[in-house]
Amino acid sequence: MLRSIALWLEKRLHITKLFEATGGHKVPPSTNSWFYVFGSGTLLCFLLQILTGTCLAFVYVPSTSQAWTSLQYLNNEQFLGWFLRAVHNWGSIFMVAIMTLHLIQTFLFGAYKYPRELTWVSGCVLFLCTLGMAFTGQVLRFDQDAYWGLGIGASIMGRVPFIGAQLVHLMLAGSTIASETLSRFFSLHVFVVPGMIIALLSLHLRLVLTNGINEYPKPGSIVRKQSYATEYEEMVEKTGVPFVPNVIGKDLIFSGCLVIAIVTCALVFGPAGPSGPPNPTLIHTAPKPDFYFLPIYAILALLPAYMETFILLVAPVLGLAALILLPFYSGTGEKSYRRRPMAVVVVLLAFLTTALLAYLGTFAPWSPHMEAWSAVTTPPAYIKGRSALELQGAILIQSKQCRNCHSLGGEGGRRGPALDTVATRLTHDQLIRQVIQGSGNMPAYGKNLRPAEVTALVAFMQTLRPSYQAPARDSTQVARR
Amino acid sequence: MIDTDPKTNTDQKPNTDQKSGCCGCKKLAATKDVPTQSLSRRNLLLKVGAGLNGIAAVLMGVPILGFALSSFARKSPQSWISLGPLDRFPQGETRLAVYRNPVSKPWDGDTAEVPCWVRRIDPATFQVFAINCTHLGCPVRWFQESRLFMCPCHGGAFYEDGSHASGPPPRGLYEYQHKVESGELKVLGGHLPTLAEPL
Repeated sequence: MLRSIALWLEKRLHITKLFEATGGHKVPPSTNSWFYVFGSGTLLCFLLQILTGTCLAFVYVPSTSQAWTSLQYLNNEQFLGWFLRAVHNWGSIFMVAIMTLHLIQTFLFGAYKYPRELTWVSGCVLFLCTLGMAFTGQVLRFDQDAYWGLGIGASIMGRVPFIGAQLVHLMLAGSTIASETLSRFFSLHVFVVPGMIIALLSLHLRLVLTNGINEYPKPGSIVRKQSYATEYEEMVEKTGVPFVPNVIGKDLIFSGCLVIAIVTCALVFGPAGPSGPPNPTLIHTAPKPDFYFLPIYAILALLPAYMETFILLVAPVLGLAALILLPFYSGTGEKSYRRRPMAVVVVLLAFLTTALLAYLGTFAPWSPHMEAWSAVTTPPAYIKGRSALELQGAILIQSKQCRNCHSLGGEGGRRGPALDTVATRLTHDQLIRQVIQGSGNMPAYGKNLRPAEVTALVAFMQTLRPSYQAPARDSTQVARR
Repeated sequence: MIDTDPKTNTDQKPNTDQKSGCCGCKKLAATKDVPTQSLSRRNLLLKVGAGLNGIAAVLMGVPILGFALSSFARKSPQSWISLGPLDRFPQGETRLAVYRNPVSKPWDGDTAEVPCWVRRIDPATFQVFAINCTHLGCPVRWFQESRLFMCPCHGGAFYEDGSHASGPPPRGLYEYQHKVESGELKVLGGHLPTLAEPL
């Protein structure tokens, strides 16, 4: 009975043929490696995102007046809503991470070289689409960070020459951040970008089937356009094994572990946000992007002003062009990373740069500690035994909000240098000049402090040095003596 | 016979076409057993079909693109909005004021509320600053004691007159056009200020 059903289906669907052309196609046995599991892992994450995202869309309301409330409802009222939100969030984090590993692996293994140029190009565009999903998804979690994140996006668009204003309007769907902005991002996140991903993914997989999976590269085997295709065909003909069932095992194990990891993270850490309600009048907020965009957030604080627009608008275009066009200027030759030291250096450098920037972005030492002046106290040791004038200075250093940027005893802002040992670095005159005129990243306080206040402030700062260290000296005075 | 059974012709053709490896039209004309009448008829139908679909694509494509990209042709319908009576703003102080976006829709919710900083220098002189930092649009906060606006994102700071004090912002705070009318302070509002389109 079952057999006759199977035969009936086979006759109509040609499943055997389909299987031979897809899952059952022959691959080089060397691809049966743990390094080859990241592609299927990314695909699995994507499927998980579609599943959880579809469920979330059953409840989520893409309206600026209701979105935040519907997220709270999902978190607290809807049965298992919190869990699906958590899985969707962790799924996205894992998807970006595994996809990055996939990108690094194909780069180091030379998989982008002839004849797999288009596989690489479509993969790069898929990577961009995924980052697009991450940004639009962050907007759909419509909270304070999302609201001001849109403002940051608009400010970046506004720096484009000639058509900046038009691009801002296109992005916001109008002249301000309002309901149509959120609807626009909902449409992008739910229809447009996923549609593009599905189309590109089909092309990507089709290309993998037509050009074959990249063999595990042997150091010294050179890709030549004249001979590679025939050599690969012969190798697969002679030694190839069907992907299913010979090679898929490791993919299955990795995928299983991946789902377990995502679910575990979701259960342990729960859903992300939403943070405060997206009300622009609640200005006591310090917006921060999700971790994928922390490196960009960090670099925008650290760049000199004259480089900003270039790094924001031109550098990404050049960088992406270099990445996407890689197979067209390095399409043949050595594949193995063991013989491509520069490739390894590029990966390490890129990884270190982004990791370091993301780390800095997490702590954001450049941001003033907005509440330090009223919430952080002066350490008692710094007040003990001070004169009346010096104590007045100690009060001013709090009330004039110096602590928002300068720390004492390890507490306070880190935008400016810590003041614990300032008297060993600056003389009396230099302190006065610095307070009145400012310099570099310090505003000038000349207009906001009376002369008596400056005197008190400087008198206090001159006591800020360890007893075993001499105060800073004026070198010209020493010379005269 | 040709007219009654055009299907048989189409069904047989692909094999010979594929060998020729091109669009097949010339090959068809050269094949003797295909009457030229059917060929020209099919050609005509193909051309008419393609043409009709071209027109259909334009008919659908232009409105869809026009709809989707309509906001690209920027329209900033600005209008004068009241920030409240003058006595809400004491002289020598800087206060937060809120207005409702003049182009808001009923379902905008709280996002239609726009905050701004109002500085009253003397009884008749005001400055109204946008809340957005000129660096990347984060909300700047006013610190009365140090008389500075500070930005929480990348540490930009502005003096009380809105000019740039320190940090990455490329210019001073965006300033609203304003006027005093029948005892109320009014600003010209309606769009998010950016470097490309300040207030």
